[in-house]
Amino acid sequence: MKLTGTEIIVECLKQEKAKVLFGIPGAAIMPLYDTFGKYEEIPFKNILCRHEQGAIHAADGYARATGEVGVCIATSGPGATNLITGLANAHMDSVPLVAITGQVPTEMVGNDAFQEVDITGITLPITKHNYIARKIEELPLIIKEAFYIAKTGRPGPVLIDLPKDIQLSKCNFNYPERANRRGYNPSYKGHLKQIKSAAIKIMNARKPIIVAGGGVIKSKASAELIKIVSKTNIPVVNTFMGLSSFPKNHPLFLGMLGMYGQYTANQSVSNADLILALGTRFDDRITGNLSKFCPQAEVIHIDIDPAEIGKNIDAKIPIVGDLKNVLQQLNNYLEEKEPVEWLNEIKGFKEKDPMYKENDDFLLNSRFIMESINELFRGEAIIVTDVGQHQMWAAHYTQVNFPRHFISSGGLGAMGFGFPAAIGAKIGCPNKPVVCITGDGGFQMNIQELATAIYNRLSIIVILMNNGYLGMVRQLQELFCDKRYVSTELAGNPDFVKVVEGYGGTGYRVGKREELIPILHEAHSKNEFVLIDCHIPQEENIFPLVKPDSSINQMIGVD
Amino acid sequence: MKHTIAILVEDLPGVMARVAGLFTRRGFNINSIAVGHSETPGISRMTIIVNGDEKVLEQVMKQLNKLVDVVRVRDIPAENIIERELVLVRVHVDSLAVRSEIIQLVEIFKAKVVFVERNTMTIEMSGDEEKINGFLNLLKPFGIKEIVRTGTIAINKNSKNGLK
Repeated sequence: MKLTGTEIIVECLKQEKAKVLFGIPGAAIMPLYDTFGKYEEIPFKNILCRHEQGAIHAADGYARATGEVGVCIATSGPGATNLITGLANAHMDSVPLVAITGQVPTEMVGNDAFQEVDITGITLPITKHNYIARKIEELPLIIKEAFYIAKTGRPGPVLIDLPKDIQLSKCNFNYPERANRRGYNPSYKGHLKQIKSAAIKIMNARKPIIVAGGGVIKSKASAELIKIVSKTNIPVVNTFMGLSSFPKNHPLFLGMLGMYGQYTANQSVSNADLILALGTRFDDRITGNLSKFCPQAEVIHIDIDPAEIGKNIDAKIPIVGDLKNVLQQLNNYLEEKEPVEWLNEIKGFKEKDPMYKENDDFLLNSRFIMESINELFRGEAIIVTDVGQHQMWAAHYTQVNFPRHFISSGGLGAMGFGFPAAIGAKIGCPNKPVVCITGDGGFQMNIQELATAIYNRLSIIVILMNNGYLGMVRQLQELFCDKRYVSTELAGNPDFVKVVEGYGGTGYRVGKREELIPILHEAHSKNEFVLIDCHIPQEENIFPLVKPDSSINQMIGVD
Repeated sequence: MKHTIAILVEDLPGVMARVAGLFTRRGFNINSIAVGHSETPGISRMTIIVNGDEKVLEQVMKQLNKLVDVVRVRDIPAENIIERELVLVRVHVDSLAVRSEIIQLVEIFKAKVVFVERNTMTIEMSGDEEKINGFLNLLKPFGIKEIVRTGTIAINKNSKNGLK
């Protein structure tokens, strides 16, 4: 039987087991939406967002929370360009997405037609791969390949541009069983000889440390990591993207590493003699000044992307492969070990670490808010953050014990990500509590998605850390620009409770410490969308921190 | 340091943009790039000359390998390289004496005169970069009107290290 291009897309999405699409229609993608309308029951949820950026961040949050491919749809021209930030974000953080965009009819492509942009050209550097469908016969293979490329190897976003005439023309439909690209063969199995030498290095190291990155989550290798740690008693630090890959309540967990990292983590990595780096790209926010990063440590670097090995940090033992496989094999060659002296040295770092000191002020401060969330959810909630000071507070203080329970924009640091991503996470995991921790700056960058969340009855709790400032920038101005607060005060902020009420949701305002916990409990018991507008002190800073270009063991804010 | 990289790519629209874009955005410098069909239908071969140290070369090759349309990437070490470039050059000729002098140079360099007008000669020559530059330098005093170069193409002497 002959199917139209859009019917082919629906069939392919069904075969790929896509459960949710996030998007907004427009002229050039109308045939696809019209096809949805012709089905008595389309085999997936179709979520209408209010801005394409909201749609793609929601698809991204969905993918991060579930581990499945997120799918989003936009029309040509402005619809497509509104996806850019979301694509760049997913590309930086290796999130599997398939974005489908409408395009003007093939014969008009290149003529500067109404709502035409060269979206494949524009997105070349921020997608793992992209396609423009030129013949209807190619379409099934393109979709097969797009999903395959998005979710295999090092995951990433793939864009498919669909001219309107291709959507409307017909051909026989056969969904290919396999995508086979001669130029695309990720290596999954690590080199055995390398794995054996890595095991010897680990057994001989006096001060080993594991740096667990986002790759551990993507490869579903947390259980393997925990096994190795139980056997060898090697302490673990997380990169920002690695948060949730290892339980924070594990006694050998030392916190997050990097520029806004935890003192203990930074000191431990700086003093280690061996770094076992798992699925991390040694981003500059992790290493600080590269030339001063861990001068005395040797590095075993395991990653599925060979281009990340040796890019920033030289690896003594490089291993290309899927972490789950490699760690399973590595574990076979490891023996029990307890680096007692090293663990004692680390105890010394902990004594100076402000994270382990009492929270002794009585304001509604960030730490109190995070600890209140922990008390209520006990590590069971999916925490989704936006970008800024609150993101770092959440990274440090929220209790996260399971993979995919901490979702945030790492590499791109895209403000506006948090709220729509929480929508995607909630749709992907409806039975899990979802807490969106955001700021008054970032929340307003995708505030229109309140309609999406409230209309779809998503019981998300939004904790709005409202300090009336673009807080992170304000802090940098305080520390490095002699307190010249230029364009960071968010004068003109709305009454957020009223805004939420305007959309038909519930909002609370909290200004004092003692108000928070009862309201949190009330919000949780309501089982509907709730925003809690927390008025936090304007001048609270995120400490300790490493100045740009400094070594990561030189932290400001440690006595 | 000059490095020569040979790559096989899918013969698809946009593949040049993917390769060239990668060099621009990663800050790698291309000296020359040449592309044409390979021995396999559907696959083109590019020869890219880049400048940089060993680390740059390694990153260039790894990043090229990540492109889905790139099928194979190899560098050709200097000691094993056979490289050629084709040049078309139009020289000003204002006297009979000059014409015969140029023809002499053409013979020495095993080049070829492909077109003659009253005041110009168009010469074709192929060779490695050094030979071509040497030839062009000798022509310079006569007045070069136009130069067209293809960019270098290269093959490995060792057939075991070919791209197949």
